[in-house]
Amino acid sequence: MKVAYWPGCVSRGFTPELHGSMARVAPLLDIELVELDRACCTGAGVIAEHNQELADTLNARTFALAQAVEGAEMMMNICSTCQGAQSECQERLDANSEYRAHVNASLAGEGLSYEKGLTNKNFLWLLVEEIGLDELRAKVKRPLTNLKVGPFYGCYIVRPRARLGIDEEHPRDNYLDLVIDALGGEVIEYAGMRKCCGFPIITMNKQASLKQAGRHLGDALDADADCLVTPCPLCHLNLDLQQPLAEGVVGRELGMPVLHLPQLVGLALGLEPKELGLNRHVVRPTSVIDWSTSVIAAASGA
Amino acid sequence: MAETHERPPEPFTLRLRRYDPESGEAPYWDEHTVELEPHRSVLEAILQARDRFDGSIGVRCSCRQAICGSCGIRVNGEPALACHTHLDAAKRGARAGVIEIEPMGNMPVIKDLIVDMDSVHWKKIRRVTPWLLAKQPVPEREYIVPRESMVDVTQTMACIQCGACVSDCLAMEVDPGFIGPAALAKAYRFVGDPRDDQQFERLNDLAQDQQGIFDCTHCFKCVEACPKGVNPMGQIMRLRRVATADHHIVDKNNGERHEKAFASLIRENGLLWEAELLPRSYGGNSWFGKFAPPAGKELLSSLPAIVKALMRGKVTPMGALKPHKIPAADLRSVRALYDKIEGRKERYELNLYIAGEDEAPSQPAAGAAAQQAPSSGEASAPAQAEPEVGASL
Repeated sequence: MKVAYWPGCVSRGFTPELHGSMARVAPLLDIELVELDRACCTGAGVIAEHNQELADTLNARTFALAQAVEGAEMMMNICSTCQGAQSECQERLDANSEYRAHVNASLAGEGLSYEKGLTNKNFLWLLVEEIGLDELRAKVKRPLTNLKVGPFYGCYIVRPRARLGIDEEHPRDNYLDLVIDALGGEVIEYAGMRKCCGFPIITMNKQASLKQAGRHLGDALDADADCLVTPCPLCHLNLDLQQPLAEGVVGRELGMPVLHLPQLVGLALGLEPKELGLNRHVVRPTSVIDWSTSVIAAASGA
Repeated sequence: MAETHERPPEPFTLRLRRYDPESGEAPYWDEHTVELEPHRSVLEAILQARDRFDGSIGVRCSCRQAICGSCGIRVNGEPALACHTHLDAAKRGARAGVIEIEPMGNMPVIKDLIVDMDSVHWKKIRRVTPWLLAKQPVPEREYIVPRESMVDVTQTMACIQCGACVSDCLAMEVDPGFIGPAALAKAYRFVGDPRDDQQFERLNDLAQDQQGIFDCTHCFKCVEACPKGVNPMGQIMRLRRVATADHHIVDKNNGERHEKAFASLIRENGLLWEAELLPRSYGGNSWFGKFAPPAGKELLSSLPAIVKALMRGKVTPMGALKPHKIPAADLRSVRALYDKIEGRKERYELNLYIAGEDEAPSQPAAGAAAQQAPSSGEASAPAQAEPEVGASL
């Protein structure tokens, strides 16, 4: 399937391995990515906090660009925070025709216009709803046998439920569990799996921010997880990049590898760890990968 | 709901979290099966268990119609009003068909399902001076204010003080001193009130407090928890917006600087530049900001993470020093949007709680809606976006 692809900023900045691994995984899943390289940042909620109309207009511009991609079935993103920020703006734009017309008037100079009803799915949702778990299972070349994976969803992709289309028919707040299972891994449930990584307040209250990251990593460790997987690069920043600092705040060694969702999928589909950028994480994923053979192994200590 | 009224009573099993701090015993789980019609509430089930099986079950309730806010609990791990949760819905969300009932979080348990609202929730509410600090001289009779200026605060006035948002607040979980969602929503009730005389003082107080408006982690837990649609997190964002945009309050928590740095980096590059966001958040937007003492201090404290990231090739020096940009023509368009929208005299803000949805699903041709005349939405709720009250004062 062809999608208008919004990679986000951080996947091209501090977590380049995310953008790279998505590009590797997409062809294996028959996803054609048409990158929205003209679109700007979603604002991650901060621009909406600064000026709601500005955030809505910038995102309406992105939506309009996505709608202009010929043959694209929908828009796809690889960032929970992008999903949440875009869904919030889309909710307002779709709910009120007068407001939408007002926002579109600002875009008219570029010849752009957003039409109500764009479908915008995070890679996780697309994986389950468009590709399907059976199809995914059939494509697995190297099942994650014995690998204990803790899902870390990220707030923006699980709340608020109504805005994100989460209901009994679409249990999107459970999809990460389903995907880990389909890839042959073991799902590890732990207290922090749907909690906040703390990243949004890293510059405002660093202690509280790192305490959140450290606690969830510790909970996952106590629940015997080999690694975590997340669909959110911002969560990845606090959980992986900042993990050495989080260890100091919670006063324990953590050493918990955190994988991006496309990396976990890619490993199971047979890609090599290096192609997926797994060598570029701050916390070495030694518990996930036996580097000599590239075969996924359970924790060496187990 | 109508069809459930016809259904006969059926068994529902409750798993109750029991705890009496005075007993010296550890908390434990208790199970009781009650018989009730599926449309009955979880509260009725708890009361039946208490009446029939164990008179010592501690639960607080009063109105039984979701208006007094007494019966806040956790049902299957999620915050809820016991009287406002149907048994059939609770059972659908339960593991193995057993409805799990616990006291609210972030507050000490007095007994079983009763938590100490006084020591946490009400203290925090008092923290925000929850009464009108009126403009002087006080008019002899009533205040006369435009109707529209009060519409803005009706969302926060819907709060019934049940504590569900406090129970679930993730910032409070790691930082118990955080003023929290209920109290900050209450703060907006007065910040947004045109009769109040202390808007700046209130906002400055809440912005400078490290556990104030900038301590919210934006996790949406309170939005989801609230049984009344108050959207506490949204109110916190509005407090931030009025504090920074209208009063230009520069706080010592980097809240204002972070917001400004973020917005200006997107204006400059179209995309976020993380390596520049941090120093600007600490030292301000000017080029010299990164040499400000707080920015240097932050850089030093982050060294362990930075060194590791460089060693692992996660961040390259070039990647850190050079921003990603969108094409020049698009950047011009983005900047033009900034100039136009930020240049407005009043911020244009749409609150769906007040405006509602103007297009019922039954209305025809959603695709053509964008071309409709502006008056099309008038049959339903007022479709006009209310300009923010703070801006019009």
